[in-house]
Amino acid sequence: MNIIVCLKQVPDTADVKINPETNTLVREGIKNIINPFDTYALEEGVRLRERFGGRVTALSMGPPQAEPMLRETIALGADSAVLLSDRAFAGADTLATSFTLAQAVKKLAPYDLVICGRQTLDGDTGQVGPEMAEVLGVPFVAYVSEVQEISEKEIRVKRMVEDGYEIIESPLPAVISVVKEINTPRLPSLRGQMRAKSAAVPVWTVRELGVPPEAVGLAGSATKVIKIFYPRRESRAEILAGAPENQVISLLEKLRASGIIPG
Amino acid sequence: MGLKIDSSLCTGCESCISACPFGLLEVVDDLVRVKDGCTLCGACVEACPIGVLAIEEVTPAAADSRYRGVWVFAEQHHGQIKGVAYELLAKARELADSLKTEVSAVCIGNKLHDVASLSSHGADKVYVVESPELADFREDAYARMLADLISRYRPEIVIAGATPMGRSFLPQVAARLKVGLTADCTALDIDTEKGLLRQTRPTFGGNIMATIICPERRPQMATVRPRIFKKGKISANHRGEIIKVDLSGAPVTSKTKLLEFIEDVSERVNLDEADIIVSGGRGLGKAENFALVKELADLLGAALGSSRPPVDEGWIPYSHQVGQTGKTVCPRLYIACGISGSVQHMAGMQTSDVIVAINDDPGAPIFDIATYGVVGDLFKVVPLMIEKLKDQR
Repeated sequence: MNIIVCLKQVPDTADVKINPETNTLVREGIKNIINPFDTYALEEGVRLRERFGGRVTALSMGPPQAEPMLRETIALGADSAVLLSDRAFAGADTLATSFTLAQAVKKLAPYDLVICGRQTLDGDTGQVGPEMAEVLGVPFVAYVSEVQEISEKEIRVKRMVEDGYEIIESPLPAVISVVKEINTPRLPSLRGQMRAKSAAVPVWTVRELGVPPEAVGLAGSATKVIKIFYPRRESRAEILAGAPENQVISLLEKLRASGIIPG
Repeated sequence: MGLKIDSSLCTGCESCISACPFGLLEVVDDLVRVKDGCTLCGACVEACPIGVLAIEEVTPAAADSRYRGVWVFAEQHHGQIKGVAYELLAKARELADSLKTEVSAVCIGNKLHDVASLSSHGADKVYVVESPELADFREDAYARMLADLISRYRPEIVIAGATPMGRSFLPQVAARLKVGLTADCTALDIDTEKGLLRQTRPTFGGNIMATIICPERRPQMATVRPRIFKKGKISANHRGEIIKVDLSGAPVTSKTKLLEFIEDVSERVNLDEADIIVSGGRGLGKAENFALVKELADLLGAALGSSRPPVDEGWIPYSHQVGQTGKTVCPRLYIACGISGSVQHMAGMQTSDVIVAINDDPGAPIFDIATYGVVGDLFKVVPLMIEKLKDQR
C-alpha cells in the first residue's frame, strides 16, 4: 500500500491577533505549525500502513522553512518525506498548487491513496484535494471520518454529509480528504524523532518535477489577490447592565422590538 | 515574478514587518528585505504608508468575450432545492444587471421538485439535469455534468453555495476547466470598468479579508457562504425557460458507489438553514449542562450549536460545532452561552445578523463582535430567559 499524505505548514491562526489601534496583524509570537487537519491525514496514513503494510510518504509544497515540518512527519510515522520548493512555486492559488502537488504524486507513482486534510487554517478553501484528484484523473471522496476497508483495488469509507453520513466505495487509486473525527493523532515517538533527525528530505524544484514554469506559482494561477484588508472590528456591543433579571428583560425587549423573536 | 521593493523610498518604519502573516520581512542595514516563502498575499503592500512594496504584475490577456451570463448552481438534496440557491439567484440578478446579461440556474439530481421556483426567483433559464444515476450526490458525476454544461454554454460567472456539497465538487469543475475558484465568499460585486467579478473572502480564520479576481480565464467561479445574501422576492410572472438537458450518450455514472446513508437524527434543525442558533461553550462546564442551552433553543425554535471545546470533550457531537473547522453559519440571531470567542469560533459565526453573548468574563473577545452583551453567570441568565419566554406564551 503506497500512501501519500499532503501537508502544509501554516501560521497558527490561534495566535493571530489584531492590534486594535492600527487594525493590523500582530505578528509577534506566531508559530508555524503543521496544518491541524493534515495531522489527522498523516495519522490515518500511518494507521493504514500499520494495518495493511506499505509505506507512507509525506509531501508538501512550501518554502525552505517547511523542511523541519517534514522531518516532524517522519517523527510522527511517515517513512519518508519530500518538499517541493522553488521560487517559481510562490504565489500559487489552489489551481497551481494542486497541479504542482499532482505532478509530484505522479513522480511518486505507483500509489494507492492520497490523503489530504479537509482545509488549511490560512487559505481555508479545502480545494487542493479535489483539484489534485481531477488532475490525476482519480476519484475524490470528501469529509472521510472512517476508513472501513481497503484492498488492492478498492476503499470503503464513511464520510460526513450535511445531515448524516454516507458509506462510499471507491476504486483505487483515489484521493480522500479527512475530518477530525477520523482519529486522534499520536505524539512523536522517541524512535521516530531519532529517525527524523537523520532522515534526508529531498527538495524537488521545477526542474526535478519537470513542470513548465508557466503552469506553477503565480504564473500558473487563475486567481489574483487585488486587495487585502483587515475587517473593521469595532466593538459595537451594547452591554446590558444590571441584575440578571433586568439584563434578561432588556435583552428580550430589544430582540422582540427588532422582530428577531416573536412577541 | 515576485515582491518588488523600492529601497530608495523605505524609511524603516517597519509597518510591513508586522503586517506579514508569515513573518518574512526583516530590516537589514536599515532596508527592508523579504525572506524565502513569500506567497505574494499583498498584506505588506497594503500596510506600507509610502509605497515601497509592490507585487510585480503581468498584464493579463483579455478574457474570452464569448463567455456571457451568470450561472447559479442550484443545490438540491433528495429532490428539494436548498435555500442558498434562491439567495444566490437574487445576487446573480444584481451581478447580471451590472453586466447587462442573463441569469441561469443549473440543477442536477433526480426527481427534482419545483424547478419552476428557480425561474420565479429570477432565473432566465433553468438547466435541469435529471437521471437516476444522479439521485445521490457523487463528486465526480456532478463535476463532469456541470463542467460539460459550462463548456457548452459558456457562462462568464458561476456561483454556488459554500456548502459541504458545493465546496467538495466545485473544485473539481474548476480544475477540469483549468479556471480559478474562490471559496466561501462573503461579498461579490462587479468592477464595471473591467467587467470583472470581485470576490471577497475571509482568510486566516477571518483575521484578514482578501478581494480576488480572475482576470483571464472563464468562467469566474466562486462559492458563497449561505445566508450572506438574502433571498429576493418571488416574481410569479417571471417565466424563465426550463431546459431539460439531454443526457443521451453522456456518461453519468460515478466511479464511486453509495452503499448506505445514515441520517444524523440528533441534529433535527440544520445549522445551515436555521434562523436562530443557540450555542454552548466551555463555560457550560459539563455535558449535562447542554440540556439548559437546548431548552432555550427549543423554546426559540432554534438549532443547537457548540464551540470547539465541548466537542473535543465529547459533550456534544461534532455535527453541532460552529467555527472555522466546524460549520460556518449566518443566522438572524446567534446566542453564545459561555463561549469566550476564539478566533476560530468567531470565524464561523461573526456574519450573523444579531449576536448575543452571555459570559461572566467582561474581557471575553466574543463581546467585540456581539450586538448585545450580557456579562453575567449563564446559569442565572439562561434560566431567566427560559422563564420569561415561557411566560410570554
